[in-house]
Order: sequence, then C-alpha cells, then structure tokens
Amino acid sequence: MLSIKNLYASVEGMEILKGINLEVKPGEVHAIMGPNGSGKSTLASVLAGKEEYEVTAGEVTFLGEDILDKAPENRAKDGLFLSFQYPVEIPGVPMVNFLKTSVNEHRKHRGLKELTAGEFLKLMREKMDLVDMHTKLTNRMVNEGFSGGEKKKNEIFQMAMLEPKLAILDETDSGLDIDALRVVANGVNALKSPETAAIVITHYQRLLDYIVPDFVHILYKGRIVKTAGKELAFELEEKGYDWIKSEIKN
Amino acid sequence: MSVLVDKADLSLKYTAHYNQVKEQLFEGSSEVLNAQRNKAFQNFVMQGIPTRKNENYKYTNLNQAFLPNFEFVHKKDEKETDLSEVFRCDVPQLNTNLALVFNGWFHKDTNEKGDLPKGVILDSLASISKERPELLEKYASLAKTDEDPLVALNTAYAKDGFFIYVPKNTIVESPIQIINLLQSEKDTFSTQRNFILIEEGAKVQVLLCDHTLNLKKYLSNSVTEIFAGNNAEVEFYTLQNQHNGATNLNSVFIEQQRDSRVTTHTVSLHGGLVRNNLKFILNGENAEANLYGMSFMDKKQHVDNFTQVIHAKPHCESNQVYKNVLDDTSSGAFSGQIHVVRDAQKTNAFQRNNNLLLTDNANMQTKPQLIIDADDVKCSHGATVGQIDEEALFYLRARGIDEDKARLMMMNAFAHEVVKEIKLEALRDRIDELVDKRLQGEVARCHDCAYNCDC
Ligand SMILES: Nc1ncnc2c1ncn2[C@@H]1O[C@H](COP(=O)(O)OP(=O)(O)O)[C@@H](O)[C@H]1O
Ligand SMILES: [Mg+2]
Repeated sequence: MLSIKNLYASVEGMEILKGINLEVKPGEVHAIMGPNGSGKSTLASVLAGKEEYEVTAGEVTFLGEDILDKAPENRAKDGLFLSFQYPVEIPGVPMVNFLKTSVNEHRKHRGLKELTAGEFLKLMREKMDLVDMHTKLTNRMVNEGFSGGEKKKNEIFQMAMLEPKLAILDETDSGLDIDALRVVANGVNALKSPETAAIVITHYQRLLDYIVPDFVHILYKGRIVKTAGKELAFELEEKGYDWIKSEIKN
Repeated sequence: MSVLVDKADLSLKYTAHYNQVKEQLFEGSSEVLNAQRNKAFQNFVMQGIPTRKNENYKYTNLNQAFLPNFEFVHKKDEKETDLSEVFRCDVPQLNTNLALVFNGWFHKDTNEKGDLPKGVILDSLASISKERPELLEKYASLAKTDEDPLVALNTAYAKDGFFIYVPKNTIVESPIQIINLLQSEKDTFSTQRNFILIEEGAKVQVLLCDHTLNLKKYLSNSVTEIFAGNNAEVEFYTLQNQHNGATNLNSVFIEQQRDSRVTTHTVSLHGGLVRNNLKFILNGENAEANLYGMSFMDKKQHVDNFTQVIHAKPHCESNQVYKNVLDDTSSGAFSGQIHVVRDAQKTNAFQRNNNLLLTDNANMQTKPQLIIDADDVKCSHGATVGQIDEEALFYLRARGIDEDKARLMMMNAFAHEVVKEIKLEALRDRIDELVDKRLQGEVARCHDCAYNCDC
C-alpha cells in the first residue's frame, strides 16, 4: 500500500530524513516511536505533501502510484490521511463548511455524487457519535478555541468522516486522558479492515494497548534504526531510548 | 454641460472652469446651496487639488484622476426618468424603498410603490432645499470647506443628490436603497451632495450602491452629511462597484447625539481609485459608532480609507474594523484617527486594520493615529499586513480541498469577520455571495444590469 524507499528529505538546507525505508501493507498497523527531533513529524509531513520539505532522494509510492509529485489534496483524495500533531486554528472557516467541502471533494474524486445538506448532516451525526464529538465544537470555526484534546479529537472525527485507506496519526495520543485515548483508539479501530492501514506515531506504549501494532519501528536521527513486533514498545517504555542510542553507537 | 479648458496647473484648470460655469451652477439652485458656493470655491482655491504633500492624502495621488477633460452635468437629464427599467438592483428578499441618482442627479423610481412611513422624505436635495429649507439648516456644517479641498469642490459644484428625512420616533422598516449610476458618452465628472437627517428616536437603514454603466472615465466627488438625533439608530451601507477607469471620492460626515447608534459599512468591491473619507463626531453622551470596511483590490486598483472619529463627549464608544484583500499590484491605505477631546472621559475607542496581500507586489500602508486629551479612556488599535497563512492552507489541502478552493476559503474567512457584522440578513447573504464571486475573479455584479461591461 505504502512503500518508502531510501527517502531523504531536508528543510531549510538541513537534512532531516536520511534514508527511510518502510513497507506498509493493507491491514497492517505500524507504530513509529523515537525521541523528540528524530524526524517523525517530518516523515508524516513529507508523506502528506508539505511543500517546505524538500525530498532530495528516494521514492514513495502509495497504492502503486508515485506520490511525491502529487499535490497534497490529491494524496488526500487518494486516501492518505494525516492526523496533525499540532492542528492549526483557522478563524473564519466554519467547521461544517470545511467538512462538507472536504467530504464532497473526496466523493467527487471517487466518482460519487456530492452529498446534499441533509445527507451530510446525517453522516456527520453518525461520526460525531462514534468519536463523542460535541456540536459545540462542530458549530465553531476550524479548531478555533479548541483545547489540545479537542483538537486531537477533531482530527479523529475528520478521519472518521473521510474514511481514508491509510491513516497517519502523529502523536494523536499526546496530552490525552485515558477516556480521550479510548475515543481515538475506537476511531482508528472502526476504520480497520483488511484494505486499510495505519501508521501510529507515538511516544507511549499505552495507545498501543488499544491499537495493537503489527510492527514497531524506532526512528532516530532520520533513520529507522530498529524494527520489531509490539514487544519493542514495552521494552522502550521500560528502558527508555538510551539503550537504543548506545546500541547504535556500537 | 461644459468641458474643462486645458491649463498646465490642474487646480488652475478647475478655477478657470468654475468661473466659466458659475452662472450655470447658481441657476435654478436653491438659496441653501448657493449661499455656500463662492466661499467653498475660495476654500478650494486656497487648498488646491490635494497632493501627497497634504498629510491627509499622503497615500493617494489624485493628480491622474483629475487630469482628463471631464464633462460636467449641471442640469438634470429629464429623459432618463424611467431608469428603473434600465436597471434593477436585485438584492433578493430585500424589499427596499428605491431611488436612483444618475450622474449626480436624483430620480425617484416611478414604478416603486414604496412603503415609507408618514413624514419620511426620500427626495432630491435640489428640490427639498427649495421647498423645505428649514430641514437643511445644518447644511455644510459638518462637511467644512476649509478642512478638505474635495469637500470644498463638492460644495462649490453641488446641485443635487439625495435627501433623506426621518422624523422623530419614526421607524423605517424596509431599507432605503439608493443606486448611484454613472453613465455618459463622454468622460464625466459627477458631483453628488447628499443630506440625511434622522431625528430623535428614529431608525433607518440606508444602502448605497455605486455603479458605472460603461467604460468611460468617471470621477465622482460625493459628500454626504448625516445627522443622528438622540437615541437614533442608523445603519449606512455603501457598496462600491465601479470599473477600473473610475475614481470614487466619497466623503461622509456623521454627527451623533446622545444615546444614538450609527453603523457604517463601506464595501469596495471594484474601482480604479477609491478614497473614502469618513468622519464621525460623537457629540452626545453614550453614543456608539461602528465603522466597518472591506475592500477587494486587484490589478492597479487603489483604495484609501481615511477615518476620523472625534469623541467630543464622555461615555461614548467607537469600533473600527477595516480589512483589505490586495492582489496583483494593487495598493491600499488605511489612516484611522481617533481624537478624544478634553473631558470626554470614559471613552472606549477601538480600531483594527487587517490586510491580506496576495502577491509580493501588492502594497499596503496603514497608519493609526490617536490623539487623547482626556485621562480616563480606553483606546486600542492594531494593524496587521500579512499573507495567507500557509499552515492553514496546508491543513485544508491535506483534507482534499484543492489549492484554489482552499485559498478562496481563507480569503472568504478573512472577509467574513466584517461581513458577519452586516445586520440586514438579505444584504449580508448577498454581500457574502458578491465577495465570494469577487474573490473568484468574476466580475461581481450586484444587479441584473443590461450592460455586461467587462470592466
Ligand atoms: N519547518 C522546519 N524548519 C526547520 N527545522 C525543522 C522544521 N521541521 C522540523 N525541523 C527540524 O527537524 C528535526 C526533526 O523534527 P520533527 O520531524 O518535528 O521531529 P519529531 O516529530 O520526531 O519530534 C528537528 O531538529 C526540527 O527542529
Ligand atoms: Mg513530532
């Protein structure tokens, strides 16, 4: 589904990603862990198509197509979803307009009819229930005045609305209490099918209690330095990153 | 009709012209208007056409605008009485009392039944100033000819415009809509003088729509004086939609008495050069003034909003929010002066100017100016000049919204903060739609006019 080969990327002349290789197959859940500043968000941004990150080498295919030259909106419509680590507030753009435009752009791309206002509201209510989203949030401007947790929940809500094929969650669990964490996990698990996949970027093993990964990768200084099963997450939780760092040195 | 003679110095050219047409200006005009004429002209001669050396006009060069050999319209064109046939402004669900001002001359819409309450007058300034001079006692008292050359020039040349009177405690339910049309076979200089008198406890909404109906060069120099009595409520909307070869010089003066509330919205959708002078005098306690403005400029268009709010009495409040979206090589200016006079304690004065530049070549000048001579006041001002938030743009695109659409959403969002303050719902929806069209690069026509000029 997603194939990253020898990916190098830099920002403002600084090389951040230094040869990433990653294969994600349908039905799989991959966790990416690693100390702050390793390049996890950079990887997520490059995949989503953020222009300030320059890809200097390597290739990325999604569903068999090279996506590095694709506009972010087209990657999204192909089914790639990024839950942002820091969702931005957009004053003046109402949540409902934003979501409706977004959903209908996706539908047009899939050759489906645009939803009417009524159909859209019905879909929205259904998904709001799924992630326990309040109308007090959907009645506002995009992320405006949302708390940190509400912003994360809103990301999962959007994911539920858009039903992507590949979801990349960038520290969606950070700063969430256990209830919110469960909501996030429910959202991800509801989407889970043999045709979909997820990449979960996290610092904590606790999210992985709910979203069980098939693989855990450690990203360090722009490279994936270790890949193992879910037990690696426990190991990290227990020992921290220092042992990885020293292992690499040797 | 008369044409300017060509002289090297522009101001001299206008001086010569005045002397040449003076008789036509006095002829048929009321005493009220004529009484001001010569003095006004002397004041114009003293000041001349404002240049950038004039502190109040430092961001706008008017020279080019005054250059063409304009024709003046000193007489009403009686043939055009059924303009409503030519032109229908369609703001859906907005049931208005309609009037037209054609090249500066007032025409009542003969087809419109209208439902103005008893005592309310919507008529021509030329005729009311003859028939009811007592209603114009304060004529030219706010628009002072020695303070601004454009006001002086207007007062010297003024022959007509609209007149609105709402007597004490009268509430006008449907808005009064005035459509200002410019249409001529020659480049034309139009002088329009308006007067609005709203008595104590009265309430009215006025909507002005400025249009050009062909691509001739136009210079419109208009002056409006508005008097709001105790506890009066006035909403005053101006929608400017002229072509790139038009100059719109628009000066509005408002005096408010105790407990009154006046809100202005100045929406510059299109025009070559737009200068809006807006001066408020809060002359009674507890008065509230709201000044909203937005403009959407592209190509070489220029817009300059110059506001003055004078807090002359204590316990008054003023709010100003001006926003500009500037594309291509367009330019904008905002100068906002707040003057709190001595003893105007407990004043609340707020001002904000936000600007969105869509290209590196667009240019914005913004200059707040606070003059505070009282000690117990709350004043704040802020200005931003920026580009579209790239992070927000990426967020929208990452949700499948293409770049153009995402930009449009962002621009609409930027403007919407001002649009949402429009209280007339039908007008608000219409303006939302016009703004959207304008931002999409379509010619935003706010009417079904027969002239599909591609301006
Ligand atoms: N837009 C940017 N401009 C400059 N440096 C950046 C930018 N984005 C990321 N970096 C740098 O790249 C490195 C990796 O950052 P990031 O991908 O956010 O790490 P992580 O998500 O793993 O904490 C850091 O050193 C960070 O400072
Ligand atoms: Mg990060």
